[in-house]
Order: sequence, then C-alpha cells, then structure tokens
Amino acid sequence: MALVEVNDLKTHFFTREGVVQAVDGISFALEKGKTLGIVGESGCGKSVTALSIMGLIPKPPAKIVGGEVLFDGKDLTKLSEHEMQHIRGNEVAMIFQDPMTSLNPTLKIGTQITETILAHRDVSKQQARKRAVELLQEVGIPRAAERLDDYPHRFSGGMRQRVMIAIALSCSPRLLIADEPTTALDVTIQAQILDLLDQLRQEHDMAMILITHDMGVVAETADDVIIMYAGQIVEQASGYELFDNPEHPYTEALLGALPQLEGDEREIREGRLTAIPGRPPDLVNPPEACRFAARCPYSDSGDNCSTVEPQLREIRPGHWVRTAHPASERSGERQTVNA
Amino acid sequence: MSSETASSNGTLLKVDNLEKHFPIRRGILWEKTVGAVKAVDGVSFAVAEGETLGLVGESGSGKSTTGYCILQLVKPTSGSINFMGKELTELGREDLRRMRREMQIVFQDPYASLDPRMTVGGIVAEPLEVHGIGTRRSRGEQVRKLLDIVGFNPNFTNRYPHEFSGGQRQRIGVARALALNPKLIVCDEPVSALDVSIQAQILNLLKDLQRDFGLTYLFISHDLAVVRTMSDRIAVMNQGKLVEVGTAEQVYHEPKDEYTKALFAAVPVPDPHRQRERKAERARLRAESRAESGDGAVTA
Ligand SMILES: Nc1ncnc2c1ncn2[C@@H]1O[C@H](COP(=O)(O)OP(=O)(O)OP(=O)(O)O)[C@@H](O)[C@H]1O
Ligand SMILES: Nc1ncnc2c1ncn2[C@@H]1O[C@H](COP(=O)(O)OP(=O)(O)OP(=O)(O)O)[C@@H](O)[C@H]1O
Ligand SMILES: [Mg+2]
Ligand SMILES: [Mg+2]
Repeated sequence: MALVEVNDLKTHFFTREGVVQAVDGISFALEKGKTLGIVGESGCGKSVTALSIMGLIPKPPAKIVGGEVLFDGKDLTKLSEHEMQHIRGNEVAMIFQDPMTSLNPTLKIGTQITETILAHRDVSKQQARKRAVELLQEVGIPRAAERLDDYPHRFSGGMRQRVMIAIALSCSPRLLIADEPTTALDVTIQAQILDLLDQLRQEHDMAMILITHDMGVVAETADDVIIMYAGQIVEQASGYELFDNPEHPYTEALLGALPQLEGDEREIREGRLTAIPGRPPDLVNPPEACRFAARCPYSDSGDNCSTVEPQLREIRPGHWVRTAHPASERSGERQTVNA
Repeated sequence: MSSETASSNGTLLKVDNLEKHFPIRRGILWEKTVGAVKAVDGVSFAVAEGETLGLVGESGSGKSTTGYCILQLVKPTSGSINFMGKELTELGREDLRRMRREMQIVFQDPYASLDPRMTVGGIVAEPLEVHGIGTRRSRGEQVRKLLDIVGFNPNFTNRYPHEFSGGQRQRIGVARALALNPKLIVCDEPVSALDVSIQAQILNLLKDLQRDFGLTYLFISHDLAVVRTMSDRIAVMNQGKLVEVGTAEQVYHEPKDEYTKALFAAVPVPDPHRQRERKAERARLRAESRAESGDGAVTA
C-alpha cells in the first residue's frame, strides 16, 4: 500500500463571487522514499492541494467537498483538528514558500525549533535544545550551537530556508510537503537546498511532495510528475516518461514556452518561444467540458472539446492524460501556436 | 539580430569604471555613516546599437543599481557613462531631460510599477506629455498605436491597471517605454513576475520590437535561460563587479570565471536525463571549489 493516497479530492472556496473550484478531483498515490512533483502555473491549485492534505485550508471560505486523503490507510479529512495537530507534528510536515514570513522575526531561531520539538515530543528542554543543534547541523548550518541564539534577520534567505527545513524535520515526518521551497532563492542556493532535501529524503526514507512552477526543478527531483491546470490534473506520469513523451497539448506548450539554456546559439537567440495564447479560465465558472479548450491549438478540429469533458485516461501504463488530443493520437501535421 | 551585425554598428553606450556606494548608517538620534555598500564596484562595458547585452547575477549583485545609474535615476559615486556620444554624468538638468527621451526602462513588477490611479491611456501618454510632444488628440492616436504594437487592446485606454493580468500590465509598461521612440531600453527583470506562458509572450514581443525598431537592450535578469534567449552578449555580475563579459556562446560554453561556471551549473534544465548529468557536474564543481578553499562550510 502506498504511504499517501489521495482520491478525487475536491476543495472549493465559497465566496461572494461564487464557488471557486480551486481543487477539483485530484488523485495520486505516493510511496515512501519517493518524490512527487506537482507543477502548474499560478492559481492552478497547487498550494490548495497541499493545504488540503495538511488540514490547513482556511475554513471558511474553503471546504473539502469531496474525496479522501489516505495516509497510511487513515482518511485525514475525517480527523478532528486535535487529531490532525498530532499528525502534523509527527507524521506530515510542510515547508512553505516564503522563508521570510514563515519564521517569527521576534523569536530566536533556537526557541522556534525547540518549541516545535517540545510540542510533539516528551523530552526535557535541554534534550530539545540538543536535538535542535543536531538538526541545524544536519541541514548544513555551521557553528550550529552558537547560532541557536540568533534572530532570523541575522540569517540569509538560504539559511532561513534551511532552518524551516530543520523545523519541518524535527519530528522525523514520513511525508514532507515542500511548497515552492526554492522559488525565492538564487539558483546556487536553490541547488544546495534541492541537494539537501534529496539527501534527507534518502536518509530518512521520507516521501516528498514538491510543488513548483519550475520544470527544471521537477526534472531534477521528481520520480513522478503531475501537471495541474485549472484545479485538475491534466497529465500524470513518471518524470522520464513525462518529459520524453509529453501527451497533453498544455504540457507540450509549457515545455515549448521555456527559454532554453542549452542548444544551438543561433536558434536560441533568433527563435521565438511558443507562447500560449489567452489565460487560464475563471475557477468560479470553469468551462463545462475541457478546461484547456479555449487555449488549445487542436480544439476545433471538428471534435467535441467544448461539449464533452475529457476524462483522465491511461494512455500508456502509468501515463495518464486528460485531453481529446494526446500527442500520440494526433494525425497529420502539428499545428503551431502563435500568440 | 546576430552578434556580427551588432558589433558592426557603432557603440551606443559605454560605461567606464562605474561605482555606486550606498552609505551604511547606524544610530537612532545621531545617525552616523559607518561604512558603505559597494553596490557597483568598478564596472565597465559597452553596448553596440541594436545589440542586447544581458546582465546576470544573483540577488544583490548590483544589476539594478547599474541600470539605474545608466539612466541617471541614481547618481553614480564615480565613473563615466557615455551615451550617444555624450557624457551623462556631466550633463545639466535640461540636457539630461532631453537625453532621457532616448533611454527608457521596463521594470520587473508590473503590479507596482504602474500608477494605479492613472488610466492605461494616461500611463502610456505621460512621457509624451512630459516632453510636450504632439497635441492632446495626436497623443491619443499615438497611444492607441503603441498599445496595438504591444498587443494590448487599444479600446481599453480608459481602464485601470488593476483590471488587467500581469502579462497585460507588462505590455502597458512596454508601450510606455516605447512612447518616446527611445534608442535604449533597460529591461530590469521584465518577466520575473510572470508565469512561463505569459513570459514567453513578453519575450517574443521584446524580440519583435527589437527587430522592427532597431532597439538596443540592456537586459537584466537572474534567469540565465531567459538571458540567453534574449542576448547577443552576456555580462556576469558578482558582488558589484563584472566577473565576465562575452558573447552568449562564449560565456555559456567556455566560462572563464569560476563564479560564472558555478552559476550556470546550478540552473536545472527541463530534461531529467540531461539534468542528472548536470547535477553530477554541479557536485564535482562544488567539491573542487571546496578542496581549493579548504573548508566545507556552507554559506547559503
Ligand atoms: N482564500 C481564497 N478565497 C478564494 N479563492 C481562493 C483563496 N485562496 C485561493 N483561492 C483560489 O484557489 C485557486 C488555487 O490557488 P492556489 O493558491 O492553490 O494556486 P497555486 O497553484 O498554488 O498558485 P501559485 O503558483 O501562485 O502559488 C486560485 O484560483 C485562487 O484564486
Ligand atoms: N537605495 C539603497 N540604499 C542602500 N543600499 C542599496 C540601495 N539600493 C541597493 N542597495 C544595495 O546595493 C546592492 C545591490 O543591489 P541591487 O538592487 O542593484 O541588486 P540586484 O542585482 O538588482 O539584485 P536583485 O536580483 O535582488 O534585484 C545590495 O546589497 C542592495 O542592498
Ligand atoms: Mg502556491
Ligand atoms: Mg534588481
């Protein structure tokens, strides 16, 4: 059995403007020791998915209106807040995007780590402090013992993110959810943090959900990848399979839109990027059928994209896609998108 | 635009030994200057007409400050900035105002850089008004033309920036920068706040405008792939200094500087096979530099 199994999860926001279908039927399974990458553009529902798993969505206006989140076979959506608190400290931890806002600026680093430990472990203050030093060492902070008494502002962005990771790891979680853990950081620091997360995942046999909008970060870290669009999964496969044989027009377009770091100089400099025309639909009134239809280069070739909702189907073993026009089933010339 | 045609053109901008130091002040009642941040520390480069020079480097390396100094938005501590044959640092107010028509800026944050109380039309028309160009009516026409060029619906001139998406707002910013038909545009992280699909639209637009109007760009970004797709030459900044300048090809394939090497090696590429190799290369480089400096301390 997988460590995490999310089945048809639906999280909606009930606002004055209407019901925002932020997460609309997400399913995946994740084994221990593996990394799942969730990618997609701003507003597609990545963070809400993570917060739903953690039981941290703001209620109201948000509500899980359907589906289940099985952790070790237990449905987390059915637990009381008290039970969830226990899970959050001991089994599942999350790193939030912005390391500046998620540390308390008025408390010493050491206090923030030991507080977390004391809340979840039956240990003395002294033992907690010792553990805090070990954790800081583990995430690569030099002179850890001295730095416990520093305030967050004395740490650089990369150091603060290390502290956040230390806090998340303080209770040896079996699942770590990292929501854009490196987006605010420089690439050299990003590389160090990704290496650190990878090393910790291996050492602790921890499962990891890594949320990002950076296809490069996914390519480096993820065993399995989910591409989200407008609250839904549009494509899901192993990392290699997804990048080698993308099927969904949106995935193809996303990859085509990326400027290339490597390749032919002339092509790079003189070529144009594949832009995706338009923008994602409103999640209050999403299109009834395919949510990508309005931006899809293949959608009006005499099909029923705007009337029949495409289902997520397994186009090859382990490779799922939600579109009437997967790459491998298209005939003839590929149309090009111009924007 | 290839680098050959660019270099056959004349030099539009020449920066020599540019320095900008910001004072560090301490104290509450009696503020004292206790030192200086050398934000820009002896930077020299030239940009040919029609060329794009990409300026890369990590946060705080001094990229924006360099751009602001060139546009005289901040006053350099020392050094020379020669633009269209004139020494900008020595110009009087009036002359400087005239030169400003030839150099514009597009900012990173399309949310913060547009005045929320002005209409789209007003924002784009403002530079024309400031420089007393045309009549109210001809300006209106000019604004519609500019918006059309950048792919923004000209019928929306009476709306406000907050009614539009990030990509649309960045188009407004580009239209405004184009209004005075400048020679040079400093693009300061113009796509950093945008999603990739929208980013591609804006990068394509900037490429098209350069081709159609012969624009020269100083293109500032921390994203190396973005810089590579936009630039003929690339300058790498680290802690206020230019550590390397060369054609995009050179800087990418044969970086001379260790920092440049580490910077490029750190960028993950969207290909898991290739990224595995890059990750190994990155680990090798780090081990090397650690062995050289003789300590294993992490400074991130
Ligand atoms: N408090 C809220 N009230 C109403 N709608 C909300 C609220 N929070 C989020 N949403 C909506 O839910 C959708 C998903 O948001 P989410 O934060 O999960 O996006 P994301 O994929 O994490 O984007 P980003 O890359 O920008 O972080 C968005 O359309 C957003 O507008
Ligand atoms: N007005 C100012 N007063 C004091 N220090 C400043 C000022 N502007 C910039 N600095 C400092 O100068 C250095 C260079 O800043 P700059 O904004 O030019 O960097 P950058 O390369 O553009 O970084 P980023 O990628 O984060 O935009 C930084 O250390 C910054 O803190
Ligand atoms: Mg998010
Ligand atoms: Mg800057």
